[in-house]
Amino acid sequence: MPTTTLPQPNAETSPQAAPGQSPGTSDAPAAVVAETIIEPRKSWRLFDPKELNAYRDLFRFLVWRKIRVRYAQSAIGVGWAVIQPVFSAIVFTIVFGRMAGIDTGGVPYPLFVFAALVPWTYFANATTDGISSLVGEASMIRKVYFPRLFLPMSAVSAKLVDFLIAMLCLAALMVVYGRPPSWSVVLLPLLIALLVAAATAISLWLAALAVQFRDVNYAAPFFIQLGMYASPVVYSTAISVPDRYRLLYAINPIAGVIEGFRATLLGTGPMPWDMIAVGAATTTVALLSGLVFFRSKEKIFADVA
Amino acid sequence: MTTKAITVEDLSKAYRLGEFAERADTAVGALADVLRAPLRNFHRLRRQTGLTVDDRGDDVLWALRDVSFEVAEGEVVGVIGRNGAGKSTLLKILSRITEPTAGRAVIRGRVSSLLEVGTGFHPELSGRENIYMNGTILGMSKREIDSKFDEIVDFSGVERFLDTPTKRYSSGMQVRLAFAVAAHLEPEILIIDEVLAVGDTQFQAKCLGKMQDVATSGRTVLFVSHNLNAVRSLCKRCNVVEAGNVTEFDDTDEAIATYQELNAMPAENQIQLGRDNGADAFISAAIVAISESDLNIDVTATLRTKLGSLGCGFRVRAPDGTRVCEQGANVSNAVVVNPGQTATFSLRLREFAERVNGGDYLVDLWVSAPGIEKFHEVTCAGQVTIAPRAARNTVAVLTARRNGVSRIPVDVICTSSDQESSN
Repeated sequence: MPTTTLPQPNAETSPQAAPGQSPGTSDAPAAVVAETIIEPRKSWRLFDPKELNAYRDLFRFLVWRKIRVRYAQSAIGVGWAVIQPVFSAIVFTIVFGRMAGIDTGGVPYPLFVFAALVPWTYFANATTDGISSLVGEASMIRKVYFPRLFLPMSAVSAKLVDFLIAMLCLAALMVVYGRPPSWSVVLLPLLIALLVAAATAISLWLAALAVQFRDVNYAAPFFIQLGMYASPVVYSTAISVPDRYRLLYAINPIAGVIEGFRATLLGTGPMPWDMIAVGAATTTVALLSGLVFFRSKEKIFADVA
Repeated sequence: MTTKAITVEDLSKAYRLGEFAERADTAVGALADVLRAPLRNFHRLRRQTGLTVDDRGDDVLWALRDVSFEVAEGEVVGVIGRNGAGKSTLLKILSRITEPTAGRAVIRGRVSSLLEVGTGFHPELSGRENIYMNGTILGMSKREIDSKFDEIVDFSGVERFLDTPTKRYSSGMQVRLAFAVAAHLEPEILIIDEVLAVGDTQFQAKCLGKMQDVATSGRTVLFVSHNLNAVRSLCKRCNVVEAGNVTEFDDTDEAIATYQELNAMPAENQIQLGRDNGADAFISAAIVAISESDLNIDVTATLRTKLGSLGCGFRVRAPDGTRVCEQGANVSNAVVVNPGQTATFSLRLREFAERVNGGDYLVDLWVSAPGIEKFHEVTCAGQVTIAPRAARNTVAVLTARRNGVSRIPVDVICTSSDQESSN
């Protein structure tokens, strides 16, 4: 016996309320009642700064939880953040430095490869984590509303701890080899920002895709591994990449970041501004389109995750 | 006129059901299928989304269809309905976890929704850390949690284990901690799905008490539960959800009565038991429900192979799992059936409703052949809800439940038909 729905007269709704408005912040004046309108979304949006701000404590805890949980019940703990790039550097020094004899332009190979491995390892781990962040927290997505953007963003941010620890190792190595950084080291935060932006862009795109197509989860680690060879980690762009392909090569934003790291820290040459500019352009495009894509897919996460 | 806290207008939500893959019956076909699989999978995965109001295919399920209702500010409204009726979908849309396919809802006020206790709990984190994690996920700020921290810990009763990872907690302790966090949310609108059933009896009473406080504190609450007593005591008004439709009732008792009627009378009036998988016997049954106070069950069994005669047995289980009534198939209620024929059994449990307490009763059914007692058994074939005695106004005639099985007289009428089975 089908029951009938009682039709209700259309209620008056205030037209000024934006769709998808945040459920209100705790510090909002009590007189203003937050109004949320729930309806099928048609237009595309980037993000809602007011909402992200309302949930900022959640973001902090998500990042902190990632960091806290990662090294729980582990004997070496954060030591693992050092082991990965250090061991890779040792192996690469033997294989590419000694056996293949790759030309570094006079820089000791361990230092040459480690300066690249620190940003690269961050990028690889942050994107891998970021891509699986939605699928990994599917149970949370299905049960509670919060800005979904926080999941890939927190994954990418949490990896910065590992990155900073590895940076300290790099500094130690520079002291050992007696190579002080050039004055342009002040530009390092800029490079790091580009690095984080690139990792975020890829994570947004692929995490949203991975919710619907799990293939992404399987393919991503493999392609990221291959990506290392598309970036100047074990070789130098100036020496190994023909000049006419240089800017094409720089579409990979990590290439500019790595060469920038080498230029500022090891003084391998002038800052590769051309590469950094191309990388920043691709990153901006990827980040903005990633945001739009993520936000448009966001509504289906709970249904298909 | 009071302001509306929640206004729902023509809300609909469609889901696409999983499609059964067709299987090729030749080796070449199977190989072709394997090669085509990625493309097919891609389309299947894509089709899960992007449903529109015009989708009316067989594989589209409308979990909610043109639902409209209103909740006034400060009202506590119950939502009841059977499993799969659309309650959770409704709550998920109102909590913005998922988006409606059509229609809209307007919510005025800060919402917290509680579809599960302990969302975001991580087993590696300590109790203290999980309180903050869970609290912020539910929309509290760190400052808010700081100010309520002692209260939360006190309510949960796990203060001794605050710095122990929650993976070492007993499951009871975990839900108590989780509920404690949830109980201290202070939104203007609270949406709750079936979270009272946690912890031991004592803790449940505490939770119900807390819910009473919330209900009387002037907050707007949408409360989904299968615990009809809780709904009755907490809610003044109640919505009944049935097959994607919502009916509003101004009186909770009236809503509960309607819900129980729905339960007793399956919408289809005929339950298909199991899938017809080509087995030797295939049974379908209709629980024709309570007429007067008798429980009538019609069972039809179609036979594929030659077995001789078919009998029919059943068991009725109380909400706590105890058998209320059981009768095996025996010669006196067996009927000779030829392959392709259908046997019909009409079971009548006389004065069933008068002899049992209120609650949900489950019916198991089976057919037997000579030498095989349970030739084909279907557990939980159907469910019958008996209203509590108080609501029924009948004299309690609790015929002594002996060893859990009360003496309910059963009539069985069996016939066989010559009609060909349709498949």
